[in-house]
Amino acid sequence: MDITINKQMVQKNEKEQDFTPVFKINNLNLWYGQDHALKDIKFDIPEKQVTAIIGPSGCGKSTFIKTLNRMVEMVPIVRMSGEIVYREKNIFTPKYGVEELRTQVGMVFQKPNPFPKSIYENVAYGPRIHGIKNKKVLDEVVEKSLRGAAIWDEVKDRLHENAYGLSGGQQQRLCIARCLAIEPDVILMDEPTSALDPISTLKVEELVQELKKDYSIVIVTHNMQQAARISDRTAFFLNGEVVEYTDTSTLFSNPSDKRTEDYITGRFG
Amino acid sequence: MSRDKSNQKSIRSMIQENKSSRSQSAVMEKVVPKLFLICAIISIFTTIGIVFTLLTETFTFFNRISIVEFFTNTRWFPFAADEHADFGIIALIMGTLTVTAIAMVVAIPIGLAAAIYLSEYASAKTRKVIKPILEVLAGIPTIVYGFFALTFVTPLLDKIIPGGISIFNALSPGIVVGIMIIPMIASLSEDAMNAVPNSMREGALALGATRFEVAMKVVLPAALSGVIASFVLGISRAIGETMIVTIAGGSRPTADINVTESIQTMTAYIVQVSQGDTGYGTTIYYSIYAVGMTLFIFTLIMNLLAQFISRKFREEY
Repeated sequence: MDITINKQMVQKNEKEQDFTPVFKINNLNLWYGQDHALKDIKFDIPEKQVTAIIGPSGCGKSTFIKTLNRMVEMVPIVRMSGEIVYREKNIFTPKYGVEELRTQVGMVFQKPNPFPKSIYENVAYGPRIHGIKNKKVLDEVVEKSLRGAAIWDEVKDRLHENAYGLSGGQQQRLCIARCLAIEPDVILMDEPTSALDPISTLKVEELVQELKKDYSIVIVTHNMQQAARISDRTAFFLNGEVVEYTDTSTLFSNPSDKRTEDYITGRFG
Repeated sequence: MSRDKSNQKSIRSMIQENKSSRSQSAVMEKVVPKLFLICAIISIFTTIGIVFTLLTETFTFFNRISIVEFFTNTRWFPFAADEHADFGIIALIMGTLTVTAIAMVVAIPIGLAAAIYLSEYASAKTRKVIKPILEVLAGIPTIVYGFFALTFVTPLLDKIIPGGISIFNALSPGIVVGIMIIPMIASLSEDAMNAVPNSMREGALALGATRFEVAMKVVLPAALSGVIASFVLGISRAIGETMIVTIAGGSRPTADINVTESIQTMTAYIVQVSQGDTGYGTTIYYSIYAVGMTLFIFTLIMNLLAQFISRKFREEY
């Protein structure tokens, strides 16, 4: 019975898929040593929408988002198969420059991780390492990025103070600004609000709504309400598999898989 | 629980019983810290004693030779007949500084590069092999380094440098002191870089930085205070180094800088006088205290500088 439901779901998905994909994931498998962490992942991520990845702890959602910019390769024992096509190119082909990929696909981490430098230097860091030295250009980029991350008004008078003097929520928006400064195409967010208080969380959520006008956003969250609030499409991960991937409204109001329903109604996880 | 009551006491009652026997240990609680305090005081008094000895003997020396002459005369010929003797410490200081400078030119780039490699590039496996080797290098007695300088490095330099090199010179012990300090700089700098949280590396990598850019523009600045402190401690070590310069540096104090010629450092002079048959109470006898005091002030300044720098350049994270 499970199988028939899955089949229906797949058909439904294929019908629904009327967006321009920015990422196409095909049969992605990933192992940490012997541990099979991602199993045959196959779905497309739309352009200029918010895609939420939900699922219980240890389901592979963080691992998955880190494969999209190949940060997962920081773990020495990782092995992968399958392909991730970003803008018509497989990111796993040997000649694909990982640094080039990461300038296109930015990332915001679970815990705010600004550099121990001034606010200005944090935002200017990305453009600087990519060879932009002109002070005027940098000034403009810094202001634009901080405005883009909705933090400009709070920090414009203290740009040259250490970033660690900011609150956690401000640090996280600074990290978003740092990410925007190199004008990425996609922004990956790995539980960006899990270390923040409710008000900071709200600000980041509002920001995500703003940002999706210009950027494609993939957000991992363990907070289902958050996924429901801010995302356009949602993928439900369980034990390294994608159980269900569809419109957020459909997934939360009318899930086609029993396991999805159990999870979103709080029966486990 | 209730089943056990009959034949076994509860933990709580055992604790209650043991409380009475605790009274003996209460005495220990009071006495032991005092013992520890005495041990701490011993080391403080030793330091005070050493400084006191240095100061009194130095004072006697400056009663005979004016302090102005000591710091302005550039000639150091203490063994000449009384009226011709010169006590100008600049000659010895120059020897020490020359050796130190050469040592740092060798130790800082190599030590820092090794630290960056170990912290940013080496796999856990490689690190496990290399770190103990570095520590073995740090454990070699300095006299062995001295022979290495005299019997291996000097002849080698003699072949390389056109025009040759004296058998005693500043270059060879300078290089070898540098080699001796490499493990210290590498190890301390690596500790400082290892302490930089990984999240910062990830932050930079996610912006498309290469590993080299991460190392140079994120990790190194964040670890700068520890790295510079390791340099200063290395300098301090080079200034105080004795055996290598005594064996391979020679005993001809000079204020001129010529690295291929014989020199004498402050430490080597103290060794020379201590070994010889200088009589107690002679000016030469007292001179080693004045030199020792100068040396002490030099290394003290360096250590204070290291502390100051590690506070000043700390990037908070």
